[in-house]
Amino acid sequence: MQDPVIKAHNLTKRFGDFVAADSLSFEVGKGEIFGFLGANGAGKTTAMRMLCGLSRPSSGSATVAGFDVYNQTESIKKNIGYMSQKFSLYEDLTVLENIRFFGGIYGLTNKKIKTKSEELIEQLDLQNGVKKLVSDLPLGWKQKLAFSVAVIHEPEIVFLDEPTGGVDPLTRRQFWNLIYEAAHKEMTVFVTTHYMDEAEYCNRVSIMVDGKIEALGSPGYLKKKYGVESMDEVFYDLARGATRAND
Amino acid sequence: MATSTGLHGKIIKSQFFAFVRKEFAHVLRDRKTLLILFGLPIVQILIFGFALTNEVKNAKIIVIDYAKDVASRKIINKIRASKYFEIEGQAIRYEEIESAFKKGTIKIAVVFPANFSEDLSHPGSAQVQLIADASDPNTANALINYATAIIRDYEVEQNKILNVPLRIIPESRMLYNPQLKGAPNFVPGVMALVLMLVCVMMTAVSIVKEKESGTMEVLLVSPFKPILVILSKAIPYLLLSLINVTIIILLSVFVLDLPVNGSLFLLFAESTLFIITCLALGILISVKTASQQVAMLISLMGMLLPTLLFSGFMFPIENMPWPLQAFSNIIPSKWYYIIVKSIMIKGLGFSAIWKETLILFGITIFFLVVSLKSFKTRLE
Repeated sequence: MQDPVIKAHNLTKRFGDFVAADSLSFEVGKGEIFGFLGANGAGKTTAMRMLCGLSRPSSGSATVAGFDVYNQTESIKKNIGYMSQKFSLYEDLTVLENIRFFGGIYGLTNKKIKTKSEELIEQLDLQNGVKKLVSDLPLGWKQKLAFSVAVIHEPEIVFLDEPTGGVDPLTRRQFWNLIYEAAHKEMTVFVTTHYMDEAEYCNRVSIMVDGKIEALGSPGYLKKKYGVESMDEVFYDLARGATRAND
Repeated sequence: MATSTGLHGKIIKSQFFAFVRKEFAHVLRDRKTLLILFGLPIVQILIFGFALTNEVKNAKIIVIDYAKDVASRKIINKIRASKYFEIEGQAIRYEEIESAFKKGTIKIAVVFPANFSEDLSHPGSAQVQLIADASDPNTANALINYATAIIRDYEVEQNKILNVPLRIIPESRMLYNPQLKGAPNFVPGVMALVLMLVCVMMTAVSIVKEKESGTMEVLLVSPFKPILVILSKAIPYLLLSLINVTIIILLSVFVLDLPVNGSLFLLFAESTLFIITCLALGILISVKTASQQVAMLISLMGMLLPTLLFSGFMFPIENMPWPLQAFSNIIPSKWYYIIVKSIMIKGLGFSAIWKETLILFGITIFFLVVSLKSFKTRLE
């Protein structure tokens, strides 16, 4: 692969006897939309936390944006954006205040924050809502704003942890347009999701089962490999494997 | 290299300001928080200063005067003039005192023996009997003290006139509080209480709120250092708490007529130390809990009760069994209470309270280290 921005090799996280993430190896290329799929408890969040520098791996190695996850977490944090499934905005602050705050946290200059917020507000069509509290925004807007805020510092990679939970299909579609736009600007998108229709939007996906990566490749490749019509079926095939393994 | 660290420092500074500004926005926008923050000290000062005072006014007193001489009459007049007592008009015999207490018509009795005046002039020492209804020990205590103070007052006056020193027993004195005001004990107590409540609860809740809403995760993934997250959470509450201290002092000076006898600067410095203790406790609670309700409950139960019980502000520590006395030593508010009382009421300087300050300092360092450590471990 050309220019991988995320490289993981046998990345493992143990909590006591429990192996939450078991020897994960994968690479993500620059500007790629990489889907990270798996049932609840499969280890997606653990893997993501290790890559974000929030959790120290038990063994294995990984670099994110060229920095080591063991001892260069500070540099990693400067080069990534992150959006959690809760949209993680301050509900009691206005749209503009949220933008300013996160811009400030990411160390942007005041001038930069000003131009960025104007740009964002225009992009999101929020001109009338600048002074509104985030709690008054509809869910779809919140989600879009959260994404824009997560990439306000133009990071190399953005991590999205189930960003479309609880949102209607139409809004989800709009949200994915934002993701495409970001990827178009060479930003790498690492996204975990439950929705298999979203898996189809990704360039490549990995499917985690019981802490291991069971399948990795483009949606087209995986469908062909398992001889099925949709990602849904690929996922069910693998998930059934998990139940058997548990028996 | 120098420019890069300079730039780095500048970024940290602007990150920090962005955060502090955000914290202020949270507090100022939330009416409820604001009400708790600034309403609490005002309400508490007023409640403790006026309503809940253990100062007893117009207590029914009966005087049984077997002496009927100048000295006893002068003392009786003084009692009559005092706002604390109301003399029960109907004279009774000594034997009837107990039944009067039982009926609840009187709270205290003063008995002058027949030879009061003679004893006073001859051996120079006479006895007065003070009998109080001790079923309410606090009131009884207060009344005995008031009556004693009145008798002392007479004694001092007489001693000025006569060359022979007089002595009237019983013995009891209200040290540092000659006007017998109720407020002096309450103001330092309210200060400890309000700071405990505001700092611990507000800090804990505001950090847990970020955990609940998922913003904490975003902050931790950002280049903003975790230690700075804590620090920028603490700074606004430190400032707000100092404003609170100012409000309480202003109220106590202008509403309760209780001046600050010692150094104002020292009082603020010691308050800052105590606020830092509270902030550390708040951080500790926030690290250990996951929901705002739990954080609030722990702050209330874990901080408010020990402050009320073990700071010496409501219940005298000396009367507690020794395990509780020992336990009271680890309650930071106890030391702060002693310090504030020493500065505000006794007007003492640092040399008198350095020991308490050192202990409070030790407790603060301990909680700071523990809370920052557990905050770090949680990140792992």
